[in-house]
Amino acid sequence: MSTYLIRRIFTAIPTLLFISFVIFALLDLAPGDPTGSLPLTIPPEVREKIRQSLGLDEPFVVRYLLWLKQFTLHEPINAIEQTFGVTVPGVQIGGISLIDQPGDRLRVTSWASRGKPVAELILERVPQTLWVVGLSYLLSVLIAIPLGVLGAVQQNSFFDQVSSVIAVIGYSMPTFVTGLLAIVIFSVKLGWFPMIYDTTLVVNDIGSLWQQIRQMIMPVSVLAFFQVAQLSRFTRSSMLDNLKQDYVRTANAKGFRQRYVVIKHVLRNSLIPVITLIALGIPSIFAGAIITEQIFRVNGLGALLIIAIQSFDIPVVMTVLFIFAVLIVTFNLIADIVYGVLDPRIQYS
Amino acid sequence: MAATTQAAPSGLQLVKQKTTKPRTLWRDAWGQFRKNRLAILGLLVLLLLIVAALAGPIFYTADPDKIDILASELSPTWTGDHPFGTDDLGRDSLARNLFGGRISLAVGFTAMLLAMTVGTLIGLLSGFIPSLDGPLMRFTDMMFALPQLPLLLVIIMLFRDSLRSLFGPEVGIFILVVFVIGILGWMPTARIVRGSVLSIKQKEFVEAAGCIGVRRGMIMFKHILPNVMSPIIVSATLGIASAILTESALSFLGLGFPSDVPTWGRLLFDGRDFMTRNPWLVFWPGLFISLTILSINFMGDGLRDALDPRSRQ
Repeated sequence: MSTYLIRRIFTAIPTLLFISFVIFALLDLAPGDPTGSLPLTIPPEVREKIRQSLGLDEPFVVRYLLWLKQFTLHEPINAIEQTFGVTVPGVQIGGISLIDQPGDRLRVTSWASRGKPVAELILERVPQTLWVVGLSYLLSVLIAIPLGVLGAVQQNSFFDQVSSVIAVIGYSMPTFVTGLLAIVIFSVKLGWFPMIYDTTLVVNDIGSLWQQIRQMIMPVSVLAFFQVAQLSRFTRSSMLDNLKQDYVRTANAKGFRQRYVVIKHVLRNSLIPVITLIALGIPSIFAGAIITEQIFRVNGLGALLIIAIQSFDIPVVMTVLFIFAVLIVTFNLIADIVYGVLDPRIQYS
Repeated sequence: MAATTQAAPSGLQLVKQKTTKPRTLWRDAWGQFRKNRLAILGLLVLLLLIVAALAGPIFYTADPDKIDILASELSPTWTGDHPFGTDDLGRDSLARNLFGGRISLAVGFTAMLLAMTVGTLIGLLSGFIPSLDGPLMRFTDMMFALPQLPLLLVIIMLFRDSLRSLFGPEVGIFILVVFVIGILGWMPTARIVRGSVLSIKQKEFVEAAGCIGVRRGMIMFKHILPNVMSPIIVSATLGIASAILTESALSFLGLGFPSDVPTWGRLLFDGRDFMTRNPWLVFWPGLFISLTILSINFMGDGLRDALDPRSRQ
């Protein structure tokens, strides 16, 4: 298991390097220019100097390696220094500075937000995304698994058929349709919930907490509806596969109660692929949140990406894309490991 | 169960008639597919939508781009000039939705074709040629790890202007959107095809073909490809749905087609700003997108059951 783990981690690193290279190369073709947003009165020579100081006249590979250094070494070190109040000295290997001296380390800065470090911009946005996306995912898991189990146990019953049809409708309606419908019905017609998610709301008493809950209900349930539809179908078919197995017949023949057999035997085995799917789905819901955030005007990570794309803010785009890639690779790894831990039949070599 | 007992007498008759024609996989599959009521319903709704989008503008001659400020933001009136109402500029909603359907469906089908071609080719190659298997599957895994939607957005932002100047605003964006969706969507097909190829490659008939000296390329395309068609067809069906969804999502984020080219996603995006006053503007495109995806999903389920002989009772 541990050798497998180490090997998996080592294959994850080239994957991430490949992705970062693809994204960097793509963005390198971008027509945007970091000096583009500077005042027009700056003479061309000065503009050229600014470009040089940003390292834009270096060859492509050098720029990529510099970015890699900046992103994978300097930014984490900065974060460590800020949180623990320590200073990390520079490291040099063979005349090439691997880690620059403290004070010389350039941050990855946004072009559009007056040179604000991208890390800060992202940290501002992450809580909103996590609240909406995380809560909806948690909710959907809590709803989907019982639904799937019930549907499988009472296969072809009225409940099963109704929940199946609703599930197919659920994953056929994209969140930007259900979201807009929810807004039309619950905000415009009924006036129950606010249309726009207010990120500046500070929760400090019961009133503002209620306001926060009210504004979260729609985005969370729209995302959750879509997730429940997929997850419950998957749970149901996984349960059905297991219910046909011989060990279930044995357990029934031994005279265990139905409830005991389903919960203790079938559910435990059926959840193995479901948990893997849940782990695999986490990065994709972050990407899906791009749309949900756009519908309800939540200014989370997805909204940051859209704004950055529209204003050609390449460092922000690069960073957010890479974070998404890291999420995908990490959760793939987690899914594999969890699968191996939960299912002893899987032998990693 | 009731369906089989009912079908028995007519089934006997059918067998008699069919003695001249051999039973084929496709005939069997169609017979199976026909029994799935939801799948047939899906097929009919999808056909209806396609016919409406293709032929609708011939019969319903309202100009989707004609601006009529005096008649703006009308609600649907079944008897008036604008059955689906009008948007903020007084353009006819029905005409715009019909034209939007043309583009959305066209994007869906072409992007699916591209993804299927690439996916099938890569799956075939990596399943059939052992030395290519490792590198190609590693490449597929890496492509899987790319963040799809964000990357789509970025690629479109980067190349929109250059393609627009090359091919004109509509064709340029069409090529770009189709290309990007196709090139980022072939991986599931490649994996499925590879899996099927690997198992079919071991069958006796392939060995026999090799023994009588059939060339490898011939074996791959004449003997193996027809046998992996059923998973390809199922994933093609679902591929249309995901391509339409992706295009709508892109347009909904304002990064797909420009506003003078109505697609369903774009209509949603444009209608969103006016939905407090006129919810119909988001209702119609939302309905059409959902109906399309729903019917394709039902069809896909039906096809999967029909094409898999093991799932038959």
